[in-house]
Amino acid sequence: MSSAPSTPPSVDKVDGFSRKSVRKARQKRSQSSSQFRSQGKPIELTPLPLLKDVPSSEQPELFLKKLQQCCVIFDFMDTLSDLKMKEYKRSTLNELVDYITISRGCLTEQTYPEVVRMVSCNIFRTLPPSDSNEFDPEEDEPTLEASWPHLQLVYEFFIRFLESQEFQPSIAKKYIDQKFVLQLLELFDSEDPRERDYLKTVLHRIYGKFLGLRAFIRKQINNIFLRFVYETEHFNGVAELLEILGSIINGFALPLKAEHKQFLVKVLIPLHTVRSLSLFHAQLAYCIVQFLEKDPSLTEPVIRGLMKFWPKTCSQKEVMFLGELEEILDVIEPSQFVKIQEPLFKQIAKCVSSPHFQVAERALYYWNNEYIMSLIEENSNVILPIMFSSLYRISKEHWNPAIVALVYNVLKAFMEMNSTMFDELTATYKSDRQRIWLY
Amino acid sequence: MAGAAGPGTGPGAARGDGDDSLYPIAVLIDELRNEDVQLRLNSIKKLSTIALALGVERTRTELLPFLTDTIYDEDEVLLALAEQLGNFTGLVGGPDFAHCLLPPLESLATVEETVVRDKAVESLRQISQEHTPVALEAHFVPLVKRLASGDWFTSRTSACGLFSVCYPRASNAVKAEIRQHFRSLCSDDTPMVRRAAASKLGEFAKVLELDSVKSEIVPLFTNLASDEQDSVRLLAVEACVSIAQLLSQDDLEALVMPTLRQAAEDKSWRVRYMVADKFSELQKAVGPKITLNDLIPAFQNLLKDCEAEVRAAAAHKVKELCENLPTEGRETIIMNQILPFIKELVSDTNQHVKSALASVIMGLSTILGKENTIEHLLPLFLAQLKDECPEVRLNIISNLDCVNEVIGIRQLSQSLLPAIVELAEDAKWRVRLAIIEYMPLLAGQLGVEFFDEKLNSLCMAWLVDHVYAIREAATSNLMKLVQKFGTEWAQNTIVPKVLVMANDPNYLHRMTTLFCINALSEACGQEITTKQMLPIVLKMAGDQVANVRFNVAKSLQKIGPILDTDALQEEVKPVLQKLGQDEDMDVKYFAQEAISVLALA
Repeated sequence: MSSAPSTPPSVDKVDGFSRKSVRKARQKRSQSSSQFRSQGKPIELTPLPLLKDVPSSEQPELFLKKLQQCCVIFDFMDTLSDLKMKEYKRSTLNELVDYITISRGCLTEQTYPEVVRMVSCNIFRTLPPSDSNEFDPEEDEPTLEASWPHLQLVYEFFIRFLESQEFQPSIAKKYIDQKFVLQLLELFDSEDPRERDYLKTVLHRIYGKFLGLRAFIRKQINNIFLRFVYETEHFNGVAELLEILGSIINGFALPLKAEHKQFLVKVLIPLHTVRSLSLFHAQLAYCIVQFLEKDPSLTEPVIRGLMKFWPKTCSQKEVMFLGELEEILDVIEPSQFVKIQEPLFKQIAKCVSSPHFQVAERALYYWNNEYIMSLIEENSNVILPIMFSSLYRISKEHWNPAIVALVYNVLKAFMEMNSTMFDELTATYKSDRQRIWLY
Repeated sequence: MAGAAGPGTGPGAARGDGDDSLYPIAVLIDELRNEDVQLRLNSIKKLSTIALALGVERTRTELLPFLTDTIYDEDEVLLALAEQLGNFTGLVGGPDFAHCLLPPLESLATVEETVVRDKAVESLRQISQEHTPVALEAHFVPLVKRLASGDWFTSRTSACGLFSVCYPRASNAVKAEIRQHFRSLCSDDTPMVRRAAASKLGEFAKVLELDSVKSEIVPLFTNLASDEQDSVRLLAVEACVSIAQLLSQDDLEALVMPTLRQAAEDKSWRVRYMVADKFSELQKAVGPKITLNDLIPAFQNLLKDCEAEVRAAAAHKVKELCENLPTEGRETIIMNQILPFIKELVSDTNQHVKSALASVIMGLSTILGKENTIEHLLPLFLAQLKDECPEVRLNIISNLDCVNEVIGIRQLSQSLLPAIVELAEDAKWRVRLAIIEYMPLLAGQLGVEFFDEKLNSLCMAWLVDHVYAIREAATSNLMKLVQKFGTEWAQNTIVPKVLVMANDPNYLHRMTTLFCINALSEACGQEITTKQMLPIVLKMAGDQVANVRFNVAKSLQKIGPILDTDALQEEVKPVLQKLGQDEDMDVKYFAQEAISVLALA
């Protein structure tokens, strides 16, 4: 795309629908901080000696100076300006990364505010407008952050700082506070997946080291999700935040606090309703299963929640729901299974008879799952009557031969499971059909 | 969830079975519990019928509690329920019993789904007006307080919309409490609630006493406008419009302007966008003096904002801003303080910005007058007319009339016409299509003489365009031109040229003749149609291409009603009969159809 020549910006834009592609072709899709205004003046930094070239007694002082220098921000949308200084800052950041990794005793108390200041100056910025409202993350290339050459090193440096053996949360908590975390969370909306990946690590470390911020972080993630579900439907970092939550949930103590259960029922379950579910479904399902493994008594509300939000028109989402349900059934306790089997199998019966073969197929695959099969077998007297008419009808009527074959297998399995009931149901079904014929 | 209420608990079960007249109602009520969402939904939509049949007392004592209990349902059903209940006052026995509707609506106002909640709040607002002052304090205000101090954010969000409806009719003590609740919601720790409060701040300010506005609303406004979340700050900008209208100039300057100035330079582009978007409202609200001192400089900054979204929003407001300036000194202000920035925008890097500007810039000519327009604006129009982006060019062309009024057609045509002609021959058919659509408008503005001289040949050229959509548009364009310029003009300029095409070697062009005749015959009237068009159509019935022949049949059907009986019987009928025997199936079909429609059988 970068090689796309700046063709005379002709009129095909009038097509309306080609607008996006034209925009894409013309400008390399990158963006930078919205705050940035090019001042037009070249930026001058006085080169400092390398840290390794000064006696160790002078290193702390020089380290601070270098941190201060790195607070200067460059305009990366202007690819020609300040080339020398951009390179200087890059090499300085590189040096800082090495220094903080290797040196002992470099994290004095005075360095904490300076490190946090440097990181804040660089990473906290207002994200620019999204290139288009109809941005489709599955199809469109993400917009990449223009200042990445510096930003990446800043993130790298910050993570080394947080992971350093000398790092003391008790000092750092003065600077890494709620406001800092809030700004950090807002950055998860960045369109650049590389940045979100670094943010994920950063937030994870902060959650791990700052016990006092944990509840706050969870609450703010809560708010981001609620806003995402009920207000904007737009936030790029949902998958990353869910990934972090997955491991947070894993660490919850038992019994679960009401707050956590509320999060599951009022936030995680409604997340299933979002249009762009496919972008974070794997992470979401993981979180849900984590919860259920912690506390099996949550199975019923979770499954009922999924039934409530079951997709009505989107087959692709239906397949995802079925996948998630199977993950849940994999860990379900038989006592819980009994509680929800009726509504559950009514839904599965509907899916099995879906004209969309992928939906039907996904549902029928349940019968290949040994654990689910054993649950069905134990409760065949309840499940068989729910499933029977759908299965029987599809075996005669479904357009897709693969589905028909699968259904035969399922029917066969049921017949072996409970032949008496199977025969009864077959007889009833046939006489019902005849009655319809008669009228 | 479905059928949460067990059998026998609903109102229908009480007496419905024995009473035949209530049978349909019992059915509806059963449907309220049906497993099928659609049936439940249908039943909810007929809720007023059920209530009417049950009578006010049973509606209050049986139906409403039943509904309150079944509130855990599909959002779709809940939405319908929330809407219905807003109009239920009469069905529960009038204003004295309006409070009976509060419990179900209160539950609905706490659900997660925003649409349901909003609808419940809307219904509550409606019902609040039907409460007597006593009932309002006894029932409605306590509900608002309960919602305002609810655990989950949804109820607090809903509460925000209810303060302004109960405040004006409450007693002083209660008023103080209401204000207190509103204050605490403005600093709620959930951003969703702060957003809801911020969005209702203006509305609430309007019903407050002026003193309270100054002492309470202004500090809330200042806080919300400096909230840590930009989504809250931007809503404060909206509130600013309402608050500014309530205050005197001095108070405004002291209490509101510092915040507004800050919003115009907010670090988040969303907030700046909001300022740009609400600029005209803000301008009217703060009055001319503050506009000159504060808003114009802020506007200049917005016009050169670093985000295109903000610049585009500001560019949209250029005309309104200028219009609303006080007439005295307006010209100087625009020329010195606005125009230089507009000139920059004409060559902006972003097409949306340029297109936004192009949609309003022409409006400046009426404000600035002839000389300024010619000297300063015309070069800008021309630059935009040659812009690489067609949307920009179209926006200019579609507003030509306002410039026309100011500088006259000669001036306009000399400067603008070459650009229009260039667009008319553009390589992209969609551009040509767009220009064609403006032809009737241009024709009206330019006058017949000028049109014939400069544009007529273009219009004719489109008839033989290689894209069907263009030929089609060109055809209907001709019809509109004839409606504008009259039949005589058509007869002299258009019709001969169209008819010549009947002999074109390309059958598509021959068909275009037919399509033109279809479009023009009505506008041209009987005489021209019979004398000039009909012979050509009839002649074409012998065309060797079947498509032309069946289009002849279709054309005859179309122009038949305009012709007199003689022509129909003596000329049209034989030709159609011959076509009715054609070897081609389609020709036969359309010929027979024409015969039956024209009743020539």
